[in-house]
Amino acid sequence: MRISTFLYTLRQGAKNIWKNKMFSLASIATMTACIFLFGTFYSMVVNFQSVVKDVEEGVAVTVFFVDGASQEQMDEVGRQIGKRAEVSKWDFVSADEAWEEFQKVYFEGEEEMAAGFEDDNPLANSAHYEVYMNDISMQQSLVGFIQSLDGVKEVKSSDAAAHTLTDFNRLIGYVSAGIILILLCVAVFLISNTVTIGIAVRREEIAIMKLIGATDFFVKAPFMVEGILIGLIGSLLPLALLYYMYRRIILYIAEKFHWLNGMVDFLPVGTVFSTLVPVGLLLGVGIGFLGSFMTIRKHLNV
Amino acid sequence: MIKLENVSKAYSAGIPALNNVSLKIGAGEFVFVVGDSGSGKSTLIKLLLKELEPTEGTIVINNQKLGNIRHKDIPRFRRNIGVVFQDFRLLKDRNVYENVAFAQRVVGTPVKTMRRKVPAVLSMVGLAAKYKSYPREISGGEQQRVAIARALVNEPKILLADEPTGNLDTHNAWEIMKLLEEINRRGTTVLVVTHNLEIVKTMQKRVVAMKQGVIVGDERLGGGYED
Repeated sequence: MRISTFLYTLRQGAKNIWKNKMFSLASIATMTACIFLFGTFYSMVVNFQSVVKDVEEGVAVTVFFVDGASQEQMDEVGRQIGKRAEVSKWDFVSADEAWEEFQKVYFEGEEEMAAGFEDDNPLANSAHYEVYMNDISMQQSLVGFIQSLDGVKEVKSSDAAAHTLTDFNRLIGYVSAGIILILLCVAVFLISNTVTIGIAVRREEIAIMKLIGATDFFVKAPFMVEGILIGLIGSLLPLALLYYMYRRIILYIAEKFHWLNGMVDFLPVGTVFSTLVPVGLLLGVGIGFLGSFMTIRKHLNV
Repeated sequence: MIKLENVSKAYSAGIPALNNVSLKIGAGEFVFVVGDSGSGKSTLIKLLLKELEPTEGTIVINNQKLGNIRHKDIPRFRRNIGVVFQDFRLLKDRNVYENVAFAQRVVGTPVKTMRRKVPAVLSMVGLAAKYKSYPREISGGEQQRVAIARALVNEPKILLADEPTGNLDTHNAWEIMKLLEEINRRGTTVLVVTHNLEIVKTMQKRVVAMKQGVIVGDERLGGGYED
């Protein structure tokens, strides 16, 4: 395609938008709302997931052994645990280490009381593994697996924490996906309407083009450009707005709610937007393309 | 140049729009097609532009069998045929220059060539001075000249004119016919569908008469043609 033809097609696409100002504006507004909500939910979900991740990393599964379990048996259990994909870290705590840790917590300042146990570790059978996971939704399956291993007496875990985090994470995902899907359908529908009107307005011009010898591509391309431009504008606007708002909100929360610092760490703006910008643009342009493509197939027989 | 062999076209049950029509038009000819409404003149034009497919028979234009042209090759085929309509069919939101340049843009002509050819063809139709005017700012005759310029700018071998003087007064009608004659003198085959028998009689060209989808007369010099 010649550069002049390409530029002409772009100009015609932009002119179509201008000619149908009201409908184009409605399409851009819907697209803006759609991408804005998508961006808002995305920012919330990634931040929530980051918090969940931090919490998950703090939730451990503790594995205790049967009385008299040999060191080889315990090592073997450790090796089996290490092979699991959902396990991020596993630490072996020997009976002596467990007793030392206990003393630190319960005999602080009264070390002479613990001295009586010097040669007789009361936690002699308390050697255990502390297992940390990268995906807490797999906790139940991991616990079942460890329980089946030879030499394991008991596996302690917090099912409530695991379930709550997993369920809440899933709920946010479903709700966001549902709302975004509905908005996407509305956006496709509105873009399709805008392009349909564009085609109706230019019906005579299209007929002339065809008689003069315009190719199908030449006739269709401006309408494709129209849809894509609406998608592009409708995604750039909310992304810019979200960028500004996200920065302001995390600064505001950091200032006004500093007691949250350390408990909830917001992801830096760069981390969120390095994914959100390309996905948002792709979504906008994709919806614009889809809306105009479907309409052209239906209403423009060249 | 143009050859129709036993061509019929039926839209639905009833009298066919064209019925077993055979016609030959040589390169460089000037032909009038006359007939009442419903005689099949417009159907003939649409068949020649491959807007419609014949129900029966074959059409050959510039040694190309129209039946063999695939959908994607129709634009290329149409670039060899200029077409002019009774209602001019200009783009109202573009000026005279842009209307003519539009035909060049559609076929992907480089801008440099466009800047040379559009003024030249506007000069030929006598509208060089009005290149900035919009259709609403010029007369019907001038609008038809713009339409002719648009049809000619891609240098087609054939020019089809469907009632080109139908919306014009006598003076402008004659101006347009003189222009078409001049275009024909330069080598373009011209086929004019018209109701205007005065023009047909005066111009002394070949006249093909149609009635109810059938050719009822074909006179080499149409001066003696009677309604």
